[in-house]
Amino acid sequence: MNRSVRWLRLFGRGWLMHSKHLASSGFFVLMTSVQPLVFASLAFFLFGAGRPADALLDAALGAAMLSVWSTTLIGSGQALTLLRAAGLLELLVAAPAPLAFVLAPITVATATIGLYAMVSTVAWGVLLFDLPLRLEHPGALIAAVAVTAFGLGMLGMVFASVFVRLRYANALTNLFDYPVWLLSGMLVPVDVLPLWTRPLSWLLPSTWGMRAIRESVLGGRPWFAIGICLGLGTGYLGLGLLTVRWFSTLARRRAALALA
Amino acid sequence: MEAIEAAGLRRTFHSTKGLLRRRVHDVEAVRGVSFAVGKGELYGLLGPNGAGKTTVIKMFITLLLPTSGTARVLGHDVVAAPSRVRGLIGYVFGGDKGLYDRLSALDNLRYFAELYGVAPRAQRRRIGEVLELVNLTDRARDRVETYSRGMRQRLHVARGLLHDPPVVFLDEPTIGVDPVAARDLRATILALRQAGRTVLLTTHYMFEADALCDRIGVIAGGTLLAEGTPNELKARVADRTVIEIEAYGATPAAIDELRRIPEVATVSTEDIGQSQLIRVQSPAGLELTAALLARLDGVRIGRVVAREPTLEDAYIDIVSADAPRVAA
Repeated sequence: MNRSVRWLRLFGRGWLMHSKHLASSGFFVLMTSVQPLVFASLAFFLFGAGRPADALLDAALGAAMLSVWSTTLIGSGQALTLLRAAGLLELLVAAPAPLAFVLAPITVATATIGLYAMVSTVAWGVLLFDLPLRLEHPGALIAAVAVTAFGLGMLGMVFASVFVRLRYANALTNLFDYPVWLLSGMLVPVDVLPLWTRPLSWLLPSTWGMRAIRESVLGGRPWFAIGICLGLGTGYLGLGLLTVRWFSTLARRRAALALA
Repeated sequence: MEAIEAAGLRRTFHSTKGLLRRRVHDVEAVRGVSFAVGKGELYGLLGPNGAGKTTVIKMFITLLLPTSGTARVLGHDVVAAPSRVRGLIGYVFGGDKGLYDRLSALDNLRYFAELYGVAPRAQRRRIGEVLELVNLTDRARDRVETYSRGMRQRLHVARGLLHDPPVVFLDEPTIGVDPVAARDLRATILALRQAGRTVLLTTHYMFEADALCDRIGVIAGGTLLAEGTPNELKARVADRTVIEIEAYGATPAAIDELRRIPEVATVSTEDIGQSQLIRVQSPAGLELTAALLARLDGVRIGRVVAREPTLEDAYIDIVSADAPRVAA
């Protein structure tokens, strides 16, 4: 079997497996279902009151992205913690397939499930807060959502490689959660942040994914942001391949793959 | 070329204590272990809990890097060529863990088939074969969380054999399963050997090692203390008699009294419910029962039996002879 076909099959099967596995977790489903609604309500009350319709939609999209990233990160951290506790992490590392092709489907699966937040946030806004629906570039929105899932999944994989080494991955997710919210412009526009934070924002696929989705919905040039998001996702894939190898070797040296 | 080779294998674990003044504490789990397993051989690594058996296996299956020494599988170094080694081995461990509980056996096996690069066209057939082998075909679509412990263990075996590996590592595969399930697992292990696979089995069940293994290595305190066929190991104590005494409430001091009898070679005890089983080895032909019971004066005694030595007695002899070094 051609090697690239093999990796593609492994990725597909891994994505399906972990999507099913995550979807069968009551806690994960509850968190994924309720969190976007809470974030959306907060956004509508805080940022929407008395503002123009576009601002309301903008706030809704920002709130949706908060949930997408949280689900990706917490889902990845939780998945790694559960895999370790279930004795599966050792088996996955001991398999001949490169660990990156084992971790990437997990983080992309969490990002994919996280995209549900996008739909539920907008639906919540339409149902309860009279959010006006507008869609300037439907085709671009599909591409924007896909590359955002890819970009966040790959960034999640870089974080997941750290979780392979560290036993208490769940505890670290908060540490990575909030800064990405802030730097990606999910809470406030990137423009209002101090100038020195700008390069950090540009390095996050969530910044460009957020911008691509916003411009697909509200109007603008979404394809530029889509391209950057795709490029960053690819870059994080490359970085993830290196960090996964490095952290898994470290974990083998320090005996950190098992829970105890 | 041997199928499995360890040469001077060592593994030290480092742990730290203290918040401000960090103190590093080293534990030598494996201390220079060397052995070789030929192709098609079933080799048992026998030892008590904490002996270093699992650590040795984890170095062979590339989950732990050795501190020093070398480990090879079919000529491939586990440190230099981990990917190559991983494709050649199957790994099965005992216990409840190691499966996607909320998914079916079929889902689990399909994923591991991809992980191990089983060709897409062969996957359905191979999964069917291993499910048949472990007698789980009827339950293949059920969630693993509904399985009994024995069924989970059988699924582990199926997972470990999916890619038809020439070398299989079995780490206490029968631990915690009921006697019938354990018997079935032992039959499966024997079938692996008959199929020409090389098997490294760790266990602390003596009868299991005796029944299954071509050769046995006894490991304790991270050191390989003895090696040989079950009969060769048993021959170490062939000139002895074992007296088993069922006692209730024998103190350590009373047990030490038995050790002071000059003819006594080894004394070991095992707690069985409310009672203790005291095993005394002594040269064959000597009648020591009366002397032993006299030293246990005041202790309630149940059954007393004299019998031929077994592999377990050989194991006790080996480990007891090396006890001071192991303890150190």
